[in-house]
This record gives sequence, C-alpha cells and structure tokens, in this order.
Amino acid sequence: MDKYIEMIRIRFLMMLAYRTNYYSGILIYSINIGAYYFLWTAIYGGKESIEGLSVVQMTSYIAVSWMARAFYFNNIDREIALEIKEGKVAVELIRPYNYLGMKTMQAFGEGVFRLVFFSLPGMVIVGLVFPMEFSTNGATWLFFACSLVFSFIINTQINLITGLLTFFLFNNDGLMRAKRVIIDLFSGLLLPISFYPLWAQNIMQYFPFQAISYIPSMIFTEGIEGNEVFQAILLQGMWAIILLIPIQMLWISAKKRMIIQGG
Amino acid sequence: MFYFSMFIQYVGQYMKTRLEYRADMVVELLSDMLFQITNLVFILVVFGHTQFLSGWTRDEIIFIYGFFLVPYAIFGAFFNIWDFNERYIVKGEMDRILTRPIHSLFQVILERMDLESLFGAVTGIFIMGYASIQLGLSFQWYDLLLFIVFAISGALVYAGIFVSLASIGFWSDSPTSLMPMMYNIGNYGRYPVDIYNSVIRFVLTWILPFAFVGVYPAAFFLEKEEWYVYSFLTPVMGLVFFIISVILWNSGVKKYRGAGN
Repeated sequence: MDKYIEMIRIRFLMMLAYRTNYYSGILIYSINIGAYYFLWTAIYGGKESIEGLSVVQMTSYIAVSWMARAFYFNNIDREIALEIKEGKVAVELIRPYNYLGMKTMQAFGEGVFRLVFFSLPGMVIVGLVFPMEFSTNGATWLFFACSLVFSFIINTQINLITGLLTFFLFNNDGLMRAKRVIIDLFSGLLLPISFYPLWAQNIMQYFPFQAISYIPSMIFTEGIEGNEVFQAILLQGMWAIILLIPIQMLWISAKKRMIIQGG
Repeated sequence: MFYFSMFIQYVGQYMKTRLEYRADMVVELLSDMLFQITNLVFILVVFGHTQFLSGWTRDEIIFIYGFFLVPYAIFGAFFNIWDFNERYIVKGEMDRILTRPIHSLFQVILERMDLESLFGAVTGIFIMGYASIQLGLSFQWYDLLLFIVFAISGALVYAGIFVSLASIGFWSDSPTSLMPMMYNIGNYGRYPVDIYNSVIRFVLTWILPFAFVGVYPAAFFLEKEEWYVYSFLTPVMGLVFFIISVILWNSGVKKYRGAGN
C-alpha cells in the first residue's frame, strides 16, 4: 500500500514542478464557463426554468461540471498507449506492483493536484464573476464529494480500457479522441442529460457516461434531491464494479499476446 | 512553381505514411465526424427547449455551424501547428528546417499536414445544405465564388492567430498553454455574436476575430443585411491577420538561436 501512496505523492509533486501551465488552465476554464454563461442566458431568454433548472442553477451546473472535470480528467489512456508503443510496458510488468493500479494512483495524484490548485481557485474566480448558487447544506457537499470520487473512478476505468486497447489496435489515437468526445457529450458536461429527448435519455441510462459528470453536477446544484441522490450514487458504485470486468479481461489477454513494437 | 511541386511531393509522402495505419485512419475520420456531430447535437438539443436565440432560428444557427466547419477544416489540414513549440523549438528540429532553401513556415506546414481534416469540410457542406433547404435559401452563381473566398479567408484568420501564437515560441519558452485556450475561444465565433456582451463581441471581431470564421460570413448567405459590412470584411481580416502573423514569424526566426548546444 505504501508504494501506491508514494506514487500519488510523486505525481503530485511532479505536477507542482510544472505548475505554470495550470495557471493558464484556470483562465481557459473561466473563459469557457463565461462563454457558456452568455450562451445559456440567451437560450433561456426570458424563461424561468428549463427542465427544472433555473438559469442560475444552469450556470452553476456548467461551472461545477467543468471544475469537476479538472479533477476526474486524466491522460492515462495516452500514457498507457505510449508505454505500450515504446515497449516500456514490458519493464513495468516485472516491477513489484500492479501496473494498472499504479497508473490509477498516478492519475489520482494528478487529480488531487488539479483539485487543489485549479478547481478550487477557479471556482472562486468564476463565482465572483458570474451569478451562481452554492448550496449551504453540508450534506449536499458531502454527497457531491462522494459522487466526485466515483466520477474519478469511472472515468479512470474507461481510460484504462481505452489505453489497454492499444495492445490490440497498436495505434489507437483515433479511438482515444472518439472516447473523449463521447464522454463530453454523453456524460452531461455540455448539456444536462435531462435536456435530451426522452428516447435519448433512455438509451443513455444503459451507459456509464452520465455517472461521470451529470450525477455530481446535479447533486451539487440540487437538481436532484433526497432519495434520488442515494440512488444516483448507488448507480455510480454499480458502474465502478461492472467496469472492473472488461478491464480484468483485457489485461489478462493483453499480457498473453504482448507484442512490443520496435522495442 | 517550385513551392507547388514541393507541396505535391509532400502530399505523396503523406499518403504513403497514412495508408500504413489504415484502420487507425478510419477510426480517426469517424472520431472527427463524431466531434462535428457533438456540436450539432448540442444545437439540436438546445433548440428542443427554445425557439430563438437572440432572434436567430435553429436552422440559421445550424447553417452558421456548417459554414464554420469548412474554414476550420482547411485550417486543421494545413495549420496543425499547435505543438510547434515542443516539436520544433524545444527539440531543436527548427535547426534542420532553417538549413533548407524553402521558407521555414511553409516547410513546417508541409511537415505537419493533416489532410484527413478536410473531410470536416464535407460534413460542413452537408450540414449547410440541410439548413439551406429548411430555410428555403436561394443562391446565385456568384455565391459559390464568395463561399470559396469566405472559407479561405476564415481559414486565414485562424491560421493568422495560430501562426502568431506559434511565433511567440521564438521569444518565450512556454506559450503552448495558450493554444488550447485559443481552440476554445475559436468555437465562440460560431454563435451569433450578439448574444455575448459588448466586450466579448469586440474581442471576437477585432482582436481574436473568430467571428469572421463563422457568424459574419455565414450571415451573408442567410441574407442578414445588417451584418453585410462585416461579411465583406472577412477577406480583408483574413489577409491582414495572416500577413501580420508571417511578419511576426519572420522576425521570430531571426531571433531563433537553436536549442541546447
């Protein structure tokens, strides 16, 4: 266990060393949220609410979705793909730890760094500039935090799957890009799932994507309350378990058929 | 002429390398298309809840988006230089470029070509076609000519901004983080600029003139006469911004000292 915690610490410190990039990151996210703010104000026009969300809730939803994204987003699929292509993964396999576990820990270190140095200050800036609503209810914050941890787990699991697919596809840049687009769209980052037509919502409930962004953002803006919150978090937990199956299967068969390209 | 034959040769080489990873290319094309559809879905879903966006209808917004995809595809195919700083300056690749008798920017462009992006223009034209049928737009023979001029000018606006950003790399060490920001800001030119507040509108028109890639030129085809002045400014803005960026690039190259030893 110690070595995994050490890995989180190392990645955190590594990010700290390259932190200038992240200051401009805050700016990027703020500009993004700002543009969405104007877009949504125009979309609402004079309307009080759409699908149960007021315009202020909507702005908060967008802001918190993007700030949460900073925490759960990571590039380990790209890292894994690169290590596979360069043949480094062979060395990783003989080291005394679980390769996938280690990658997850690195991603976590990165996530914690972004949460502390990026999301929190970013949220303060955005909150000062645009009208937003923060819940004063401690329980909401607690559920939000819990749900955010699941977002990280599920998104990381999907990244592990796409990364591992490099073993079978050799060069899967296209797939990784497609995955990113699908997650942005179907996770509820760009649009709350409740805005979609019903038939689309029905399809989406069979995929793990809304567990990544929609659930934590809805909890935060109190778009869902009471019992629904528990159900939503339970759903996240279920996906976190289900996704372990394809990961294990891919990992086992990948180890069997490892081909090092040019290594 | 020499530059043209260089271009053809690079395209030939490019095809060869691309066909090597054929399956990956197909996935890449599909993922590009998925990306374009994502934005369309956004527009469609939003207009499931509202009729007008500051007086613009759904199909007008779709038309603007379709138009935007064309210059954006041209830009993506030839000015894929977002990692210029890391690739050419930090790793010292620029030294190799500078020893050759072709303009350095032209060489970088040739090396970083990404011709699959051009398929985005096809998607864009389809989307525009759909929207114009819905809107019952009528076209004259000269519209095609204007469309080509506007699309190329829009691509030049984009190119101007990104080449300028890449040129900063000659002076400063880490401008790379600005690039993703620009990609995001570029998207806002797709929506009618009258939804933003006046500061943002001013920025999108005169400082980072992304509105000239989407809404302004598209307004011409949508027969929005109040925006015609801006529509016809598109080629001017494209040329001005691109020329400025080449001047910046040239003076940057003079400053360039090479990496490491």
